Amino acid sequence: MPEEDKKRAAFQALVDRVLNGEGKASAEQRALAFRNADVPPSLEPLVGKVATRPTRVTDADFAAAKASGLTEDQLFEVVVCAAVGQAARLYDAGLAALAQASATVAGEAESCGSTS
Amino acid sequence: MRLDILNRGYGAGTKALFALIRVFSGHPVPDAAKIVFYRSDFYGARAKEFTHEAMRGASSWSVADRELMAAFVSKANECAFCVGAHTATASRAYQDGAKVQAVLADLDSAPVEEPLRATLRMLGNLIREGKASSSDMRDVLSAGVSRQQVKDALAVCAAFTVTNRLADAFGFEVLGPEGFDAGAKYLLKRGYR
Repeated sequence: MPEEDKKRAAFQALVDRVLNGEGKASAEQRALAFRNADVPPSLEPLVGKVATRPTRVTDADFAAAKASGLTEDQLFEVVVCAAVGQAARLYDAGLAALAQASATVAGEAESCGSTS
Repeated sequence: MRLDILNRGYGAGTKALFALIRVFSGHPVPDAAKIVFYRSDFYGARAKEFTHEAMRGASSWSVADRELMAAFVSKANECAFCVGAHTATASRAYQDGAKVQAVLADLDSAPVEEPLRATLRMLGNLIREGKASSSDMRDVLSAGVSRQQVKDALAVCAAFTVTNRLADAFGFEVLGPEGFDAGAKYLLKRGYR
């Protein structure tokens, strides 16, 4: 397997494990945290900050999430999923932009070749 | 750390390992290392594998370049723990702390090759804006960076996008210069596995 695939495959293995493997949080809770979308109000401040403003996470965010009944193990998983989800979006966005740029460059080269 | 389980929820064998590391290194195990031992089947095992592949797997970027990317990504994410850890590691890897500090202070004027500068600029934009355009990528390719190098840099970015978030969410203790330097020696000798 080429090295480029090994890096990507290793990331996908992490994504697959945290979303689809066994966990203390439900698969739905983990998926919502990963997507940072439709998260219950008690978890939204924590998940939203982990995804987009992690330096602003506070003790109060964890306290609010615990008060809703989540255990520390469940919160551990939810935070990991929120972090991995944001990384996945950036990784995907970067690779998609690269593919688009490569296609454009290839198209321009072909166009130049056909007119020369 | 903010969750008690991350401070105390380790088995006897892991606690003994932490104690041994403390004795032999002269420093407590950093929170970034502790966390991958917590229920490692959920996160740590695969996170270590991915991070090691991104940082030490085959790439035409040097280990020093990738450690600099890790520091730069961490700075864009404002993660104090990871900036400290990977500034120390990149500085050791290059044997040039001034170069690393210059990149983190002002990328445009820093003494680095254009392909690396263009790649770091793209990573910074990706993190700050949460998106990338084909124009961003054409700029990087035009600077002489190969497609494979872009992919390798994106893997570094993904690895530290995760770690930066865990560091700030869980509240990793920021170490002093000696602690970060001890961690840098370990990472350059053993990697991330």
